[in-house]
Amino acid sequence: METPLTQNVHPVAAPPDRGAYERAGGYQALRKALREMTPESVVEEVKGANLRGRGGAGFPTGLKWSLVPKDAPHPRYVVCNADEMEPGTFKDRVIMEGDPHELVEGVILCGYATGADAAYIFLRGEYKLAAQRVAQAIAEAYEGHYLGRNILGSGYGLDLYLHTSAGRYMCGEETGMLNALEGKRANPRAKPPYPPVVGLFGKPTTINNVETLSNVPHIVNHGAEWFRKLSRSKDGGTKIYGVSGKVKRPGWWELPMGTTVREILEEHAGGMREGLRFRGLLPGGASTDFLTEQHLDVPMDFTEVQKAGSRMGTGTMIVMDDRTCPVGMVWNLTHFFAQESCGWCTPCWSGLAWAERILKAMEEGKGQPGDLERLEFQTKFWAPGQTFCALAPGAAEPLQSALKYFRDDFERHIRDHGCPWADGGAG
Amino acid sequence: MLSEEERREIEAEFPHYPTRQAVCIDAMKIVQKHRGWVSDEALKDISELLGMPLAELDGVATFYNLIFRQPVGRHVIYVCDSVSCWIMHSDRQFRHLRERLGTAPGETTADGRFTLLPIVCLGACDRAPVMMVDDDLHGLLEPGKIDGILEKYR
Repeated sequence: METPLTQNVHPVAAPPDRGAYERAGGYQALRKALREMTPESVVEEVKGANLRGRGGAGFPTGLKWSLVPKDAPHPRYVVCNADEMEPGTFKDRVIMEGDPHELVEGVILCGYATGADAAYIFLRGEYKLAAQRVAQAIAEAYEGHYLGRNILGSGYGLDLYLHTSAGRYMCGEETGMLNALEGKRANPRAKPPYPPVVGLFGKPTTINNVETLSNVPHIVNHGAEWFRKLSRSKDGGTKIYGVSGKVKRPGWWELPMGTTVREILEEHAGGMREGLRFRGLLPGGASTDFLTEQHLDVPMDFTEVQKAGSRMGTGTMIVMDDRTCPVGMVWNLTHFFAQESCGWCTPCWSGLAWAERILKAMEEGKGQPGDLERLEFQTKFWAPGQTFCALAPGAAEPLQSALKYFRDDFERHIRDHGCPWADGGAG
Repeated sequence: MLSEEERREIEAEFPHYPTRQAVCIDAMKIVQKHRGWVSDEALKDISELLGMPLAELDGVATFYNLIFRQPVGRHVIYVCDSVSCWIMHSDRQFRHLRERLGTAPGETTADGRFTLLPIVCLGACDRAPVMMVDDDLHGLLEPGKIDGILEKYR
């Protein structure tokens, strides 16, 4: 099985430096693109590969790149979203710590394809080791003439800067990220205009996730067809899947896109720990709907997980066992979203805090009849279209699905005036 | 007054962005690296250097989890309180740290050695429960292991 994305990632050793990366075939894609391909043909190759955005939303990457108008003004920007703050998600860390040159090459290829003059990697502040390694890779790429003016004598030039953030989930929302880079509070912007037309500093901007960009050198090297064939589904490529929770072997694995939930959970993560039973999982981070036993054979890709009523999101699953309280878990999630809300839209700042209070009361034995209906009302109020960004719609997903699949547990909390699990149900 | 070193480090960021305001996060992080936190006075100095309204800069400062607007201890302990760590008993780690340090989350020990803070998901969920002390990540925590880790930070 091919694992192009993580072929250079070693669990313990330092990542490949420029020399080692080049010896493993690194920067060949950039040479090929600059010498043999027009920017348009790079975009076409990525389109043909069916690469979909790995940040969670799954937007087709080639299509996104083609949204920068041909006659768009300069400077144009690329922003790499490395603000991996979705709870339960630890996949971009793998690439940035394990093979930072792969990401740097992907950023440069995206820059070439969209005619960008400068690029920023927007990295969350807590990723200290990744910051060190990505900064080192950028410096080495400049030394190798892969960055700066006139890259490899091609006439194309790109500057790449590492921006380390200071910790706030909202910065991962793409227009919040643009405001953060401009030195403003990371509130979301009204759309349209979309970033490819009016983005960073008001200029055309392409924003992609770390894992998305890291796929691009491989697509350019081996072609769209090869990339599509890596996958077991319509969405091209491999995917870094992860599992956390009380399974035997929590971890991450690069597998063909469309590998089933069951294979990831049972074969790779080793199934549940002794004495514990599986109850449900969030397939791709905190802001996805629960899947349960009936969904275990669903292939993990953007299309199929959506058909099952959830989203693949970041592809890193959070597993809930039968000794973990669903109400406690959803309270924890809602606390996170309420705390991280930027305060821009009323359904979000007000509604999330309200829902958190109801869940807390329920867990502490002070649940009231009508609480479930109040929570359901809130999740509808947070739906897409009611807010500027996806934070509140994302917060609705685990709550609305928990109310559907684990309703008995919620009712029991109200009826019995408290949490039936000792220790508040954390494990 | 910003020290010469702080000013030099901040000005080195100017060429990376088309505006000075865009440097504000870097500027606050630089000051915090030298002083441990960002005081009202430091904020005013940064706002003048960047030509950015003080109130707007404070709005940015207080937006972030990792910019400290009050003094912290010599070492900061960040314990993840998000979902994967919660499932793996982060509550027990908090309880242990509370007892061991005699401080609640958000507080600093009397000797000024540690500040204990909750933090959102640290992106190391396969090693849950996790915490960070200063720049170092520590995973697969249990109370006994925590004591050994703290010994390294004097």
